[in-house]
Amino acid sequence: MSVTHDARVSVRTATGVQRPGLRAWPGIDNPAAWIVAIILLIMPLIANGFFLIEIFATTLILGTIALSLMFLAGYGGMVSLMQLTIAGFAAYMVAVFGTSDNANISLGWPWWLAVPMALALATAFGTLGGALAVRTEGIYTIMITLAIGAAFYYFTNQNWAIFNGHTGINNVGTPRFWGINWRADIPFYYIVLGVAALCYFAVEYISRAPFGLALQGVRDNPRRMAALGFNVNAHRVAAYAFASFVAALAGVLQVWNYRQISPGSVSVGACIDILIIAIVGGITRPVGPYIGALIFVLLRTFALDFLVKIGLDGNRFRLLIGLGFLAIVFWSSDGVIGLWQRWRQRATPTRPIGRSGQRSGQGSGHG
Amino acid sequence: MTRFVERHPAWALIVIIAIALALWLIFAVWPPGLEEAIGRKRVFLNAVFNGITLGGLYFLVASGFTLIFGLMRNVNLAHGSLYLFGGYVGYAISASTGSWILSFIIAFILTALVGILLQVIVFRRMEGQDLRQTMVTIGLSIVFADLMLWACGGDFYQIQTPSWLIGPVELPLITALKSSGEPVYLRYPLVRLVIFAASVVIGIAMWLALNRTRIGMIIRAGVDDRDILAATGVRIQIVFVLVFALGAGLAGIAGVVGGTFQSLSPGEDIRFLLASLVVVIVGGMGSIPGAALGALIIGLAEQLGSVYIPTYAIVVTFLIMVLVLALRPQGLLARR
Repeated sequence: MSVTHDARVSVRTATGVQRPGLRAWPGIDNPAAWIVAIILLIMPLIANGFFLIEIFATTLILGTIALSLMFLAGYGGMVSLMQLTIAGFAAYMVAVFGTSDNANISLGWPWWLAVPMALALATAFGTLGGALAVRTEGIYTIMITLAIGAAFYYFTNQNWAIFNGHTGINNVGTPRFWGINWRADIPFYYIVLGVAALCYFAVEYISRAPFGLALQGVRDNPRRMAALGFNVNAHRVAAYAFASFVAALAGVLQVWNYRQISPGSVSVGACIDILIIAIVGGITRPVGPYIGALIFVLLRTFALDFLVKIGLDGNRFRLLIGLGFLAIVFWSSDGVIGLWQRWRQRATPTRPIGRSGQRSGQGSGHG
Repeated sequence: MTRFVERHPAWALIVIIAIALALWLIFAVWPPGLEEAIGRKRVFLNAVFNGITLGGLYFLVASGFTLIFGLMRNVNLAHGSLYLFGGYVGYAISASTGSWILSFIIAFILTALVGILLQVIVFRRMEGQDLRQTMVTIGLSIVFADLMLWACGGDFYQIQTPSWLIGPVELPLITALKSSGEPVYLRYPLVRLVIFAASVVIGIAMWLALNRTRIGMIIRAGVDDRDILAATGVRIQIVFVLVFALGAGLAGIAGVVGGTFQSLSPGEDIRFLLASLVVVIVGGMGSIPGAALGALIIGLAEQLGSVYIPTYAIVVTFLIMVLVLALRPQGLLARR
């Protein structure tokens, strides 16, 4: 996947200051993007059920949550740690409005009613949280969104009436219609792939639509944008609303994937995992979160075996993640994409330094 | 103070009425009707005292956090890890030597050393890059948490309270009257009172050091404008290291206190990180009096909440934060 985007960027740098809004979809003229797309489409032929769901579907779900963070952080300059909380909220709402084992909590609505309800509520929740967070800037945003996420985690742990305390809600119903069980491996993979692609292209589209361009202007210089007549806070809250919707979609998929939801899935550690995924992948382009998610899921799944094989304690998976994250933050401000891009630039030294050079301090927009 | 009253007479009146009501609730003998409505006075007083002493603990954690932020604009999200590290060190020292006081000293020194290492090795390299520093502290907190889990396991530890502090003490506060008319006084654990007194002493000492000494003057100047301060010839890097050591050391001390009050286990680091975040958001980033006020409010809200509305205690804390953000985004006592 990284190939497609790297190529796109090199096109941009080679043609100089082309307006991004005037260009066609990224990667449409790029064979590598088509290859990745085709591989993703025919994945069920290649991979067995374990790989299909545990690796690829999980990657796409986590990647979509991280994509919503990437949208806020990369285009809006707002690092929100509550994206997983919003996804978790949507997941809880699906469980509460839909069907599950906890008959006294779940209302038993059909999925086509429960899911829009969950999406609407989670979007409203995220927008409210965003409206709160935009009252502050930069690093304060991290702290406030982290506090919101942690408060939600403790709340779900303590509340038994709606969230069923620390046991959570089990055996959440999944959709079945047209004679197909949509939670079976292959249909579910295609649902996840479809939603992820939808979100990915929506983010791509918005990033070059007038709203996205204004948002990037707000990121780079809020004062000047305000002087130009843009309502800075409204743009930020709208960005939160869109990101919340993306996160909520992923949250619905997540609860269908695991068929249960409990406070453990919205813990503070899990919120930070989303940040790690986005940062490791790179938050300047929408493809970054998916690369980060793939690395994270592969590490999470195979680190144990790998560590045991080289004679270390298998439980040190988080240490590995933490050290890898530190290394990325230390050496590449643009995640894995940035590393890849720099490596390519070194391979072809004649090319002028492009975006990665200008955006090397990715914190610059967060003043 | 007088300026506040002049500028916000309505708020000042509300605050005065609230304080008077609180004092009456604490000192007066409750009439029977009130006892029926909200329960025994002993429960209420215990919750208030637990809240105040918990506030003292929160203040110890949050003051270091806010001090580091105020001077270096560094949101140290590894602060909770320093707290837990200090607690484990304190446990190890007190278990091996049996000395409670010594565990404070060693925990302070060791966490301060960790703080110095962090500042010298990590944060000095990325000065001015707020977001990147914050990311690094997140990474560090993950690494520290896993290293501590590796070293200490997932068990609960509690630091032994020294024998001269065990047991309750009778306070001159009447909780109820016996049928014979004889007053019943509140009994409260001595160790909590001592720790609270110690945190008050530390708070006042910090305030004095910041406002009455030369180094405090330098730090305050650095909070206002560190570039100009560096331009006047102050060796600001040394000040940074000192402040980071002090902030980290305070977190270490708080760890020992928390280990005595409550217990130490993986996950406590996140809990106290969250507590200090909320405390400084409520009180105002970078302000020591703000941290004290925020700690008191949050401690009281948590304890009173857990007594009177048990399932929603955390929501009360959160609501306070939301309210402060909505009305005064910079925090209650921030100057900005």
